[in-house]
Order: sequence, then structure tokens, then C-alpha cells
Amino acid sequence: MRRESLQAWLLLLPALVLLVAFTHWPAATTIIDSFYTTPKGSRPPRFVGIENYADLMSDPVFWTALTNNAIYAVWTIPVSVILALVMALAVNTAMPGRALVRMAYFTPTMLPMIAVANIWLFFYTPDYGLFDHILSWFGGGRHNWLGDRATALPAMIAVAVWKEAGFFMIFYLAALQAMPPDLKECAALEGSSRWNFFRRVTIPLLMPTTLFVLVNAVINAFRLVDHVVVMTRGGPDNATTLLLYYIYEAGFRFWDQALAATLTVVLLGLLGLLAWLQFGVLGKRVHYR
Amino acid sequence: MEGQETSRVMPAEQTRTATTGAAVRLTNVARRWGSVAALDGVSLTVAAGTFCVLLGPSGCGKTTCLRIVAGLETASGGTVEIGGRDVTNLPPAERGVAMVFQSYALFPHLNVAENIVFGLRARSVAPAERKRRLDRAVEILGIGHLLARRPAQLSGGQQQRVALGRAIVAEAPVCLMDEPLSNLDAQLRADMRREILALQRRLGITMLYVTHDQTEAMGMADQVVLLRDGHIEQDAPPADVYATPATAFAASFIGTPPMNLIKLPDSGTIAGALLGPPGVGLLAGIRPESLRLGGQGISAVVSHAEYLGADTVVACRLADGQSLLARLPGRAGLPDGAAVTFDFDRADLHLFDAASGRRLPTNA
Repeated sequence: MRRESLQAWLLLLPALVLLVAFTHWPAATTIIDSFYTTPKGSRPPRFVGIENYADLMSDPVFWTALTNNAIYAVWTIPVSVILALVMALAVNTAMPGRALVRMAYFTPTMLPMIAVANIWLFFYTPDYGLFDHILSWFGGGRHNWLGDRATALPAMIAVAVWKEAGFFMIFYLAALQAMPPDLKECAALEGSSRWNFFRRVTIPLLMPTTLFVLVNAVINAFRLVDHVVVMTRGGPDNATTLLLYYIYEAGFRFWDQALAATLTVVLLGLLGLLAWLQFGVLGKRVHYR
Repeated sequence: MEGQETSRVMPAEQTRTATTGAAVRLTNVARRWGSVAALDGVSLTVAAGTFCVLLGPSGCGKTTCLRIVAGLETASGGTVEIGGRDVTNLPPAERGVAMVFQSYALFPHLNVAENIVFGLRARSVAPAERKRRLDRAVEILGIGHLLARRPAQLSGGQQQRVALGRAIVAEAPVCLMDEPLSNLDAQLRADMRREILALQRRLGITMLYVTHDQTEAMGMADQVVLLRDGHIEQDAPPADVYATPATAFAASFIGTPPMNLIKLPDSGTIAGALLGPPGVGLLAGIRPESLRLGGQGISAVVSHAEYLGADTVVACRLADGQSLLARLPGRAGLPDGAAVTFDFDRADLHLFDAASGRRLPTNA
């Protein structure tokens, strides 16, 4: 018996070490750090209770980042999910060059984030970038897409949708292909229009996929940092500062450990709340086979 | 719950409803994929109210034939008429057919009641009429206690009933069934066979029923259409297919066990019995149940006897190595290796041309 439990622990050890060292321990220390001041040279950290949180509430950059992130999420999530579904429906039909189109839709997902950001940096370049170039044919003027407060965040949203939709499409495509063709034939015999079938059969049967995709989309919307680092560094005037980028800046550029830890705890709490809401509200309406 | 699946006897005489059958006629229907022909000039008439079974081994084109009638597949040539109307180019919904799929094709997220009225809702049938039809189907099938359940919560037999319910409420004059019993166990299959037949008789609809199981065909059909390699081998009532098979294939497909087909030497005499006229390339056919022990007939050696309760199937070997099956009543008690002689009536002898498979007249 003892031998067996020793073996069991040995087998668990690699995963346990990695999880504790890189997930549980940092998470626990982050929560603890959020109640202390930032240690500086000769000054050790001092317990301050919820003072860090109170400071955060009066930090205008935090509110800007939160608002930006909310706008970013509200646009990227529905647009990328609906686009993914439309693309999956399109490539699920019999058409010539289907494999090529599927690959084309999926390509953005395979590219590294930094490469994607660089490609779009070129698209958005004023004067000779792709968008300005095309607009110039129709008499459009010069746009500083990423340098203008009004267009910087929408520009980031467009990149995210472009990158995410192809990824989510794969899940929808897999779900569509798992649907027995009999159902469609049966509905056709029963006089159901294609729209009626889509609304009353396809959508409900895709709900488990939709829930999975939504949870992923929400998490992705709040953990984006790569594009911001490469394309805008949060500018202009914090117009594209998202929560994770603000955490990165606070932690690794301002070396403000207390602020970074507090922000992290808030972000984790927010994600937890959103996941709980999604499973609670949508989970009841999802039909699992 | 399982107990309720055993044979339900239909309430004796119920009010007949407006549904009556419509004739189905296929003329020269073909279906080709490239150079491969799944169906090759199939012509077939099913009278209104007939139970017609499309029978054949897998790959013979029976399902393709059914799907062309349903409109789920388009014919490469020929015409399909239902109730005298040319439906060859009509979409499935406008043909006046209902269909029960092999997989049942129930919508997993809808409960039984919603599944049954799915088509009626799609066709915008008024709620009162929807309820009337649902109630009637539920009463016929005895599934009132299942209405709120999802398909995953039903047994195979119950799912089958729901699929039938969906076909009933459509009140279509023609019902198509694609191997509807293949997913059920043997006992339930026998019960559902009776039930489906009773349902067809009661509703008076035309039934096109696809199966590879000849016992289903023999037990249910008014008309058996035996298909092979995309063409019709024989189209006749089951008793005729059994008594006078049109081809050697038909002879070997019908019956348990099927007919013995014995290659005859040019003399026509084999194993001490004159089975056919002298000639080249003839096959003699005799059903295992037509053979009796004793007399002056075919001599053979028993290789194995299989006792089945009511009768025994005896596998024998003729002197030239061909095998012969005999179905003898009761426990025959023949040890392996025993020498036996089988007697038979000349009327039970069939003759086929070995090359074409065609039936030849037996003027013994």
C-alpha cells in the first residue's frame, strides 16, 4: 500500500512541480503581495491592507484600461464568434477549392502574434500602408490609423477579429461535421426551410461549441498583450492600453509590484466572474449529447 | 419501461382517416456516379396502399432507389411519379412522402413531442390541427408517457416509435423506410415488424420499405422487388418469389436456408438422380425443405447436422464434392459421415441456365 502511494506521488511529481512553481505559488504570492507596499532597496514591504485597492480605484489609467478592455471585448467577442460561424458554414458546403479556403481562414491563427502585429503595422502605415494605399484610389487622404485616438482601438479590434475568427471557425467546423447528415435530410423531407433548420436545429446543436468558444473569446479578450506591445505600446494617450498591458507596464517598466499584483488580482476576479456568469446563464440552455 | 416494448396489439377497429395511399411509379430510373451505375434502368410500379419491400444485398441500389423516390438524390435518368404526378424534379418536401431513417434521425435537443411535430411546425400547420395529429399518433403508438423525454433518454425501440410517429403525423400518402429495424435486437425486431405492418394496413398508405433481410420481406410485403447490382431481378408477391424464383440469384437469396443450386453435368444426372434434361451449363435448384429422407433420390454423405428445435438443417456432400442442405423436421439424428438418400417431388425441382441465371421451364 505504502509502495503504491509512493509511486503515485512520484508519477504526479513532474506535473505537481510545474503547476506549483509556475501557477499556484505565483498566484498565492500575487494575492499576498497585493496587500503590501512595493519593496524598494533598503525598505522591506509593509502590510497596508486594502490600501492598494483603494489607490487603484482612484487611478484614472486603470479606469481607462478597464473601459478600453470592455469596448475591446464587446466588439471582438461577438464579431469574431459570428464571423467564425459564418465562415464554418461556408466551408462546410461542397465547393471547389474547399481545402484551400479552410486553410486560408485558419492561417492567421497559425502565425505568431508578433508576426501578425508586424503585418498589420504595415497595413496601418500612413500613406504607403495597405489601407491608405487603397483609400487613395478613391481619393481618400492620409490616415494615422494607430496614432489617432479615435481609430487606434478599433484598429486593434480589427486585428484581433482577423486572428481569432479562423481559430474559432475550426471548432464550429468540427461541430458541423459531427452533425449527422440524416437530420438535414429529414428536415428537408418535413418541409423545413434552410433558415428554419438553421435556427431550430443547427444553432441549438452548436450551443456546446458556442459556450466553449465564448469562454475562450472572453479569456483572450482580457489577456491580449502582444499586439499592444508591438503596435502601439498603449498609446496614443492610453487609447489602446488594455488591462494586461497595464499590468505589464506596472510590473516590468515602473517596477511597481504592489500595483501590478493588485491589478492582477482584479483581472483574475473579473475573469472568474465572467466565466461563472457564462456557465451559469448559458450552461442551462446548452444541450449536451 | 422495457416491458412496454413487447408487442403492442393495435386497437382493433379505429376510425379510418383521410390518409390513403398513392401509387408510385418508376420508369427507367438510373443513377450513375461517373462510370459506376448504382441503378440501371429500374422500372417499377407500386399500387396505392401496397406494402412494397425493396430487397437485396448491400450495394444493390435499394437505398439509392428509395432516396430517389424521396428526392434526397437525383436520378441521372428516368422519371418518378407519385399519385400520377411527375415528381422527378420536385424537392423532397413537395412530393408527399414521409420517411423513417435507419438512424431514426431524431433531433437530439428536442423532446419527443417536439420531434414529432417538427415538420408540422415547419409547414405552419395550425396548433389545433398539430395537437390533433400528435394525439392520434401518440395513441396509435402508445408513447404518451414519453412525450417530455429527449431521444437520448429513450431505448432503441422507443426511438423507433418516435420516428414512426413523425411519419404518421405527416399524413403523407407514401411512407419510405430505410432499414428501420436494423438497429433493434432480434425479439424487438419481430414485434416491430408486426407493428409496422399493422400500421400500414390501418393507415392505408403506400409503403416502400428497404431491407436486406429476406425474412422481413417475406413476412411483410405485398410486393417484393429483389434488386442486384442496380437492376431488378424479380418483382412479384413474396409467395411467387419463393415458389418460382425468376433467377438463380433470387433462388439463392430467399429462404432459410436458401435454395440448393447444384451444377449439373451434361448428362443431367448427378448423385444417382436425374435432376434435369441432358444439356450444357444447367443448374438444378431444390429447396432444403423439399428434401425428404429415403426413397430413390439423391445420395449424399452427412457432413454436419444443425439441430434448431423444430427442425434440423443437415449439411451434406455429394459424390462430386458439391454441398447440399436439407431441412428435416424434428431431430433427424444423423451422425456425421452417415450415407443418406433424399427423395423429393419433381414439382419442387427448379432449373436455371448457369450462364445467364435465368429460370428454365422444367418439363420433366
